[in-house]
Amino acid sequence: MAKERVVTTTINGKEVEFQCQSRQTLLESLRDQLGLTGTKEGCSNGNCGACTVIMNGRPVVSCLVLAMEASYAELRTIEGIGSEAGLDELQQCFLEGAALQCGVCTPGFIVQADALLKENPDPTEEEIRFYLAGNLCRCTGYDKIVRAVQAAAQARKVSK
Amino acid sequence: MPLVFIPPSLSQLTDGQREIEVEGGNVAELVQNLEEQFPGIQRALCDDGRLKPGLVVSIGNATSHRGLLQPVSVDDEVHFLPAIGGG
Amino acid sequence: MSTVEKPAYKVIGTRPIRHDGEDKVTGAAKYGGDVQLEGMLYAAILRSPHAHAKITRIDTTQAEALPGVRAVMTSANMPDPGDRMVDLGEGTINLRHLSERVLARAKVLFKGHPVAAVAADSIHIAEEALELINVQYEALPAVLDVREAMRQDALILNDDVRTEEVGTQDGVADKPTNVAKRFLFEKGDPKKGFAEAELVVEREFETATVHQGYIEPHNATAQWHENGQLTVWTSTQGAFTVRQQIGELLGIPLDKIKVIPMEIGGGFGGKIAVYLQPLATELSRMSGRPVQLVMDRAAIFEATGPTPGSYMRVKLGATRDGRLLAGDAYVAFEAGAYPGSPVGAGCMCVFACYDIPHARIEGFDVCVNKPRTSAYRAPGSTQVAFAVETIVDEIARQLEMDPADFRLQNAAREGTRRVDGPVFDRIGMIETVEAIKASDHYQSPLDGPNQGRGIATGFWFNAGLRSAVTATVNPDGTVSLVEGSTDIGGTRTSLAMQLAEALNITAEQVAPSVADTDGVGLTDVTGGSRVTFATGIAVVDAAAKIRQQMVDRAAKIWECDADSVSYEDGQLVGPDQQRLSFKEMAQRMAEMGGPIIANGICTEAKQAGAYATHCVDVEVDPETGKVQILRYTAAQDVGTAIHPSYVEGQMQGGVVQGIGWALNEEYYYDDQGQMRNPTFLDYRMPTSYDVPMIDTIIVEVPDPNHPYGVRGVGEVPICPPPAAVANAIHDAIGVRMHRLPMSPPRLMAEILRCRGNKD
Repeated sequence: MAKERVVTTTINGKEVEFQCQSRQTLLESLRDQLGLTGTKEGCSNGNCGACTVIMNGRPVVSCLVLAMEASYAELRTIEGIGSEAGLDELQQCFLEGAALQCGVCTPGFIVQADALLKENPDPTEEEIRFYLAGNLCRCTGYDKIVRAVQAAAQARKVSK
Repeated sequence: MPLVFIPPSLSQLTDGQREIEVEGGNVAELVQNLEEQFPGIQRALCDDGRLKPGLVVSIGNATSHRGLLQPVSVDDEVHFLPAIGGG
Repeated sequence: MSTVEKPAYKVIGTRPIRHDGEDKVTGAAKYGGDVQLEGMLYAAILRSPHAHAKITRIDTTQAEALPGVRAVMTSANMPDPGDRMVDLGEGTINLRHLSERVLARAKVLFKGHPVAAVAADSIHIAEEALELINVQYEALPAVLDVREAMRQDALILNDDVRTEEVGTQDGVADKPTNVAKRFLFEKGDPKKGFAEAELVVEREFETATVHQGYIEPHNATAQWHENGQLTVWTSTQGAFTVRQQIGELLGIPLDKIKVIPMEIGGGFGGKIAVYLQPLATELSRMSGRPVQLVMDRAAIFEATGPTPGSYMRVKLGATRDGRLLAGDAYVAFEAGAYPGSPVGAGCMCVFACYDIPHARIEGFDVCVNKPRTSAYRAPGSTQVAFAVETIVDEIARQLEMDPADFRLQNAAREGTRRVDGPVFDRIGMIETVEAIKASDHYQSPLDGPNQGRGIATGFWFNAGLRSAVTATVNPDGTVSLVEGSTDIGGTRTSLAMQLAEALNITAEQVAPSVADTDGVGLTDVTGGSRVTFATGIAVVDAAAKIRQQMVDRAAKIWECDADSVSYEDGQLVGPDQQRLSFKEMAQRMAEMGGPIIANGICTEAKQAGAYATHCVDVEVDPETGKVQILRYTAAQDVGTAIHPSYVEGQMQGGVVQGIGWALNEEYYYDDQGQMRNPTFLDYRMPTSYDVPMIDTIIVEVPDPNHPYGVRGVGEVPICPPPAAVANAIHDAIGVRMHRLPMSPPRLMAEILRCRGNKD
């Protein structure tokens, strides 16, 4: 039986402790141990972006992060975007712009787009497309996703 | 009378005729009447009293899954087509 | 744009936010892989490393002994279902072949073919156990090319396969073969037609295997209950077909099986046939615990159902003034390990855009050592469209005719007889070509170096099949709509909108949900572009019954004949202008006869088929062969757009899949039958950086078979792109491609070959 260790980390602002084996990925621990199933598994080799979370301020593919690497890190998942007060502008713009069809890539896109807008609040269409190129979507053809991110960028400017 | 379109691969059974007027109130009756004129047709189209799997009947361009039980009216065209699926 | 005057709809044509939207943008929506049950085991599958081999021995004893392993199964644990054809509701399949595809018996026929499965306390233990299973193989040469597989002396994959034709007589072909089916269609006199033609162009084409590329892996969770009932949670395009397949494969009576469809992360036709559900079911039975199986991405590429690679030879003959006279098509599709490619559909689509008086089409379904193919969005149509539409472009240019005008001159229309026999209903081929011709895109100049423009048209049938819904009026005036069509793209909302329109209430007043197989009547798959159409018909049927019940009750309240009560604008109006709103009637339900519930069904409705015409501008880098998509416009006849954003979304999604198919996606096999690129890194689907905005032109040619004129929209948008891009490449640099994908190395090779020929 593989040895398990306790990892202490902060997820969506809350301190959390969980046990894991050294071979488990952060994606696995988030989903299977912590019940945070909003982050999705698409390929488990870092090529589709469905598992994107923010770790210490940077978007990472959690399938390529070992759970133990999250020790004492600040993590933000899709569950931490928006709040009881309401949906985040990105979430609202995705809904109004019908920027999702099956929805499985959506959490990864929203997390990645959130990171983009924090880094670059006024991106051009090309910058948006480039920044999101690590997130695969097979349903939408990306058109409405890009428009939703543009709309969200506007909405965030207005709400400032 | 309903007009039955004979699949090209069966036209050797019908002396090369591709369109044949046949009496019948449903597809089963059409096939039976065809068999009387052109023996072998029924076995080519049917298996165990039903249309062969992989085949559907199209009345006009309306594909029916009722197979031999599909009713037919006097002005109808009847086609035997491959069953196809979407994705 | 609409071809007829549209009724003034209140809900149809608006863009409400989808009912399941908030769950999906917050991560709350539960997909199949999110299912977590107490005591659940995790399972893994041992897969064949060989593309073609006999299995001589399997020894699982060491694996069974590993601590944490709770069950190990091989095909010895699956019943032999017999040699029977079963109707999946979307095509038929031989049950024995389906069973062997799920778990191999005597032979493995493709790399990744499942050989054994293990359920254990954790996925890691299960994967360790796989390495302890000892399988002995006798490797055989792999048959990988469709034309090689068709040869008389080819190595045979399945001893039980004989060539079947539409209406085969017994004994026509008694030898085992890889050619499972032959299709033949004829119209008029092709010899005569070609003899009269003044210009004849014949070309050969090859297309590579491509995958649907859904982001969510296949998954299944199975649990047997103490009362002998089985529950299966899975992401699927059809809960009812999954139930049927599990029942047929494992010999379990249908009334013991409940399939709960979870949210699904893409399907495109690839999540109809089962892969994991029977294995999870049997492992659960063996271990006495719930078992979850999720496929890894490499297995999804290697061992699910991509769309066929193909070899095609197409010939068209025309007069000098641009009239098509004759067509001939030879279409050979790779079925993969077992028979059942969509070559029949491909044959029926190949000339479906045109009115050609004389034609012959011959199609072959051929077994090769690759995964058994499955449906992929308008299955078979994209391959043949690539062939026909590039030849049409070639002919139009030789005749110095505008390619749009050439298509208009020869367009299929209502009354045109298809080569496979039936006559077309009201269709929108002409309207979509006219829409592109009139578009800003087509009218704009394009004259940069190495830039070019191409157009192409595609066709797909769209299915009807069966759907059932139940609508229940709630005392607060809302309506619960229970339906059986799993929602891949927002259909629960477009169905709610149709109900709302029929009852003159708002879409927000309808609460749609997708039920499991115990909760709703038999509903065929979400696929074939059928849900908004056929389940919509069922919804409108239910709405009519609800209206009638309300009218009857109002008549009782007002003590008059039901005939003198009308339902207008969501209100019941009596003979003396008494009024009750839908909500008020709902509030009075309990005292006036109890619940108001209605079932709606759709069984025999047919769709008239859909057309799409696309226009694309590209820029080719002649030093690298890279093709940049500069601009893309897609026109499609959608009948009536219930929710325009969803219609646009289907068009845009299909276009981008088609662009990937055109420019990069392929299964790259080595000569041992190993797929060398089974990851998203090397199986190169378009990213957001690869494509521009996709402009859409919604053409509304209402389908008379649906109360609101709906036509299915989901599939046809994938048909034109490869041909449109190929035509644009030719316009840009004068090079004609006849192979897919037109990836940089292939295009570069062709560019260099043409340059060499010139020198």
